[in-house]
Amino acid sequence: MELKDKLITSFLAFEEDLDPDNGIYDLRNEAIKNFENIGFPNRKNEDWKYTSLNSILKHDYSVFPKKEDVLEYRDIKKYLIHDIDTYDLVFIDGIFSSHLSQTTHDKIDVCLMSSALTKPKYKPVIENYFNKIAPKSGLNSLNTAFAREGAFIHIHKNLQVDKPIQIINFATGNETSLLLQPRNLVVVDENSHVQIIERNQSLTDHPVLTNSVTEIFADRRAIVDYYKIQNDKLSASLIDNTYIEQKSESNVSVHTFSFGGNLTRNNLHFYQRGERIDSTLKGVTIIEGKQHVDHNTLVHHIEPNCESHQDYKGIFDDKSTGVFNGKVVVEKEAQKTNAYQANNNILADDNATINSKPQLEIFADDVRCSHGCTIGQLDKEALFYLQSRGIPLKEARGLLMYAFANNVLESVKIPEVKKRINKLIATKLEVELGFNL
Amino acid sequence: MAYTEDDLKKELETKEYEYGFYTDIEYDTFPVGLNEDIVRAISKKKNEPQWMTDWRLEAYRAWEKMEEPEWANVKYKKPDFQSISYYSAPNKKPKLDSLDEVDPELLDTFKKLGISLDEQKMLAGVAVDVVMDSVSVTTTFKKTLAEKGIIFCSISEAIQEHPELVKKYLGTVVPQRDNFYASLNSAVFSDGSFCYIPKGVRCPMELSTYFRINQAGTGQFERTLVIADAGSYVSYLEGCTAPSRDENQLHAAVVELIALDDSEIKYSTVQNWYPGNKEGKGGVYNFVTKRGICEKNAKISWTQVETGSAVTWKYPSCILKGDNSVGEFYSIAVTNNYQQADTGTKMIHLGKNTKSTIISKGISAGKSQNSYRGLVQINKRAENARNFSQCDSLLMGNKCGAHTFPYIEVKNKSAQVEHEATTSKIGEDQIFYCNQRGIDTEKAIALIVNGFSKEVLNKLPMEFAVEAQKLLEISLEGSVG
Repeated sequence: MELKDKLITSFLAFEEDLDPDNGIYDLRNEAIKNFENIGFPNRKNEDWKYTSLNSILKHDYSVFPKKEDVLEYRDIKKYLIHDIDTYDLVFIDGIFSSHLSQTTHDKIDVCLMSSALTKPKYKPVIENYFNKIAPKSGLNSLNTAFAREGAFIHIHKNLQVDKPIQIINFATGNETSLLLQPRNLVVVDENSHVQIIERNQSLTDHPVLTNSVTEIFADRRAIVDYYKIQNDKLSASLIDNTYIEQKSESNVSVHTFSFGGNLTRNNLHFYQRGERIDSTLKGVTIIEGKQHVDHNTLVHHIEPNCESHQDYKGIFDDKSTGVFNGKVVVEKEAQKTNAYQANNNILADDNATINSKPQLEIFADDVRCSHGCTIGQLDKEALFYLQSRGIPLKEARGLLMYAFANNVLESVKIPEVKKRINKLIATKLEVELGFNL
Repeated sequence: MAYTEDDLKKELETKEYEYGFYTDIEYDTFPVGLNEDIVRAISKKKNEPQWMTDWRLEAYRAWEKMEEPEWANVKYKKPDFQSISYYSAPNKKPKLDSLDEVDPELLDTFKKLGISLDEQKMLAGVAVDVVMDSVSVTTTFKKTLAEKGIIFCSISEAIQEHPELVKKYLGTVVPQRDNFYASLNSAVFSDGSFCYIPKGVRCPMELSTYFRINQAGTGQFERTLVIADAGSYVSYLEGCTAPSRDENQLHAAVVELIALDDSEIKYSTVQNWYPGNKEGKGGVYNFVTKRGICEKNAKISWTQVETGSAVTWKYPSCILKGDNSVGEFYSIAVTNNYQQADTGTKMIHLGKNTKSTIISKGISAGKSQNSYRGLVQINKRAENARNFSQCDSLLMGNKCGAHTFPYIEVKNKSAQVEHEATTSKIGEDQIFYCNQRGIDTEKAIALIVNGFSKEVLNKLPMEFAVEAQKLLEISLEGSVG
């Protein structure tokens, strides 16, 4: 049976356990119908021109894991940023693990989507924000239909969250192949500040597909720093859909570090509904083998005096494929917009491919919009310079590549995250960095 | 009173199309509609050999099965292909040996177009092939060119007299089933220009084609084939105009360039079809397929100044097949009122050490939409390929739009690809700087727009640069000095 049909059938079973009085019951039904109509995207869809899902959709994924798995802290420690104190939300095969997590309801809500969806206390937030900005695409609808678990984060007014929040989804090998659909909602009220680190990690060589949807709302003057660490096993694929709505004077930045995984697709969309908004989208991609990473970004400038900065760097070795599809839309009211978009790539092997499509759609005249895209190799003279000073070719290459990716790291605000990413980059490039940053 | 950008905007909006006259000469026009019989009839009318008729029919059959593409960033009412007449020729068309025999009314038309044939004959500057409503009317300087072995004639003549060349090259760059409009063109093209430069010959003058749609209810489908044999050089110019009409006329041309080893083709276009009136009524739909293929060490350079047409949809492309071949694309696209342009280029790098340069300047005013859409593709075997692209857009007023859709596909690690795009308006500080130095605002805007387009204007041959300037004036009068 095709995956699509299987999912639709599974929904019927899933639906029976649902409470029809729940606010999102109708939403789910609507979503599954929508998915039935649209299905999975294919390459005829312009947004999916360079990424085919065929190879990962052929597995017979289980939608609901049959039994719960228990992990010990020592098993997962290395995947966490453990050297600082954090709030943790740990999910194992899509199910919340209370003994590994640290949640809170003290002024801020860092808890579970499952309770947020059912408890009346959260009803107003869910009604206001749940599924409001995610476009009704096939994949999003699929997630909405099955949305059951994930992170629910609500930061009330005028608060600086004391420590970062980590969201981590583990997949164990209990199922021969598993489809995970985490659903996260982050609502940050006025003047508040939060830092979030997100990671998906498979602990098995069985195929895992994660179709995650995250909605983030930043109210006036809110500051949100979001870090996505994608360093999964080669058997795991990820479709990450993140949608952000910003109000006046808010500042949201999303850093995406893609090093692992089989096929990774990041849909990252920003909607600026207010003035003097700042949005930052940055990414480092270093992949090899047959890996495939696709960044699809959209920044929608709707009102005047806003800024957006995009900076994506990629290093592609072996037969890997990199896709960058960035779009900046400036509506005609959005005068004085300053939008910048850069995509720089290094091809390290003749079999690697890069497809880059940076787009601008501009309807306002008093704007400053620019984009730049480069594809090239390391500077031979710089390599020669390093070699002439006794640094072997391999290290010299590593150093230069590191330097190439480094300026994306500069805007990472949590030192421990920076350190971790540094280490990951060094391992990925197989170099010893004889210095600390 | 100071001349402000608003004044310029107003002027742009009210400026009328200067070439909107209609020449009343008798026409031989086919009934409207399209079917196999019409295709056969066109072929017969032109006294074509059987292989050509078959070629057309093959294209027609392919076209029938195709659907009109919709991916471009333009909105328009789709033409009804059954309500167009596919053949219209000036009736009095004897075989002409000299200009004196040309219908005086036609000559008048040319005078109005600013291409006085007499004058040009005197100046011995440009050889012109004039295509009016689908049929080539005159070809000047045939004799001078013939001495060098250069063939420059209408394509129907070429089919009669040089069938071996046409047969060998026609459809090799743009196949019959390439795309919807190319197939339509292949089926019904009525005329166009043909040019062959023999080995090692440097064409002594600029070759030029002038297209004009005159008759109402007709579409123009011309076909141009330029072949530069090994080591030759040719510079080719193309210009076009149409009368002002309320209806939308269709122009679907195909241009094929073949640059054999070590040759160079420079192809310049000044496109000024009727853009429609201020309300966006009427105007020409310009759906054109232009493509060239470069063999070893060859070079193709496209230069275009796009000021006309209600809807433009065109991507002059280069297939860089041979090693060390070079492709260039220089473009200025000006849109005003309700005009829409979706234009750009494709650079397909296949050979080693291939280079391409793309410079595209878009100027949007009024309520127009101007898009750049381009593809740079570096294939696996294209070692050391190099591309540089730059797309700049200038916006005047906040009712227009400027869009950039670059596609970059790289499969070789030695490639170096750079792409840059900017969108801006004329900076107040720039104008202030000029004002400070005693240049009034009108001149300042002129200076800035001129400077903005200079990189492209400089690439036009002298003979055309003047006309291009003139056309920019029509679209942006008051801003170009």
